[in-house]
Amino acid sequence: MMCNVCGCAGGGATLETDHGHHRHGHDHDHHHHDHGHDHDHGHQHAHDHDHPHDHDHDHDHAHDHGPGGVIDYGTGPARAHVPGLSQSRMIEIERGILAKNDEFAETNRARFAESCLFAVNLLSSPGAGKTTLLVETLKALSGKIAAAVIEGDQQTSNDADRIRATGAPAIQINTGKGCHLDAQMVGRGVDALKPKAGGLLLIENVGNLVCPAGFDLGEAQRVTLVSVTEGEDKPLKYPDAFTFADLVLVTKTDLAPHLDFDLELLKRNIARINPSAEVVCLSSKSREGFDAWLAWLAKARADWIEDLAREAEARAAQLRRSLTQGLSA
Amino acid sequence: MHEMALCESVLAAIEDSAKANDFAKVTKVRLEIGRFAGVEVEALRFGFDVVTRGSLCDGAELIVLPVPGSAWCFDCSETVPLEDRLDPCPVCGGIRLQPTGGTEMRIKDLEVE
Repeated sequence: MMCNVCGCAGGGATLETDHGHHRHGHDHDHHHHDHGHDHDHGHQHAHDHDHPHDHDHDHDHAHDHGPGGVIDYGTGPARAHVPGLSQSRMIEIERGILAKNDEFAETNRARFAESCLFAVNLLSSPGAGKTTLLVETLKALSGKIAAAVIEGDQQTSNDADRIRATGAPAIQINTGKGCHLDAQMVGRGVDALKPKAGGLLLIENVGNLVCPAGFDLGEAQRVTLVSVTEGEDKPLKYPDAFTFADLVLVTKTDLAPHLDFDLELLKRNIARINPSAEVVCLSSKSREGFDAWLAWLAKARADWIEDLAREAEARAAQLRRSLTQGLSA
Repeated sequence: MHEMALCESVLAAIEDSAKANDFAKVTKVRLEIGRFAGVEVEALRFGFDVVTRGSLCDGAELIVLPVPGSAWCFDCSETVPLEDRLDPCPVCGGIRLQPTGGTEMRIKDLEVE
């Protein structure tokens, strides 16, 4: 069976265990389980973007047709057929193509909120410096916060090995022929990794600026990396990877003096694709700008936790209101 | 490569629906694909033919209904229609735009037997 998300052959995606000694073939059977009814998750990216305005999202669907879900259109060809003969009928589906991924993403998101695990999804083309950034970040955060890493690559456990050398727990997900991580792979990665509550979960997506952009993993924040060697027009060529980024990290700035690189032009191009994205420039090697990245991470986590706390307080207030309306005299 | 994966998702959703609604053959599939969904329609058609071969969708007609793009313009603070991702705002000419509509990919309905 082929995986219906990434198109890889069944068993192609493998999840390396914590210990790195053996791998489990994924079975993707659940994709074909009958879930009884079709939820409609119309949104592609469920995480909140902190935009200074109200978006005008057009959700003109969202009606649930229940388990049956059959709608026979009065004008459909079925009316013209003699009963008992082959009838064509229309079945209304009204379902996002990535609805299943979005369901898994929501499960992950709820789980991360429950355990106060701040999850960051890192996207970039291959070789932009994701793993080096993570290694240096883990070194800097060592002893300050429990951090765990999910590494996505088509093949090898090289990246997870590099991460583990820092002392942080890491798990490698090999996607086989798959070009991106999906939310279910991440859920399984978390099962195996068992990251500490209150900690940090860094998810390094498969190096690819196209496919990972469409797959919500349930992360709190999305970070897209672009290195100075890649050219200033990357955001224009691959807008999807930048459109929903909360932060764009410009990496390898130590190389900029050797290149005809125009940082201001890159920033303008990023702003054109995603006006609300923050931009931080850094070099994991020279450490220039590294503190700004760590500061962004700390603030984004604090804001996320603050939002969760506010939601919890609102819920508590609601519960107390119910109490006053209850059985008291 | 990405379109092939989407076709696998479409087929799986249709197979789910076939169990729930008891049909064995699909003659028409209508998808809504947004202007900014990042989907190449020709690649999608190719993928659909390959992925559905031998399935209950074998030979089904694939109809792609385009969904127009819209975006939030940061300069005029309004949702505006947008044809191309890199076009300027049709109202004020600003270039700081964030897509708000036309990013969706949906299976709308099926004609089945």
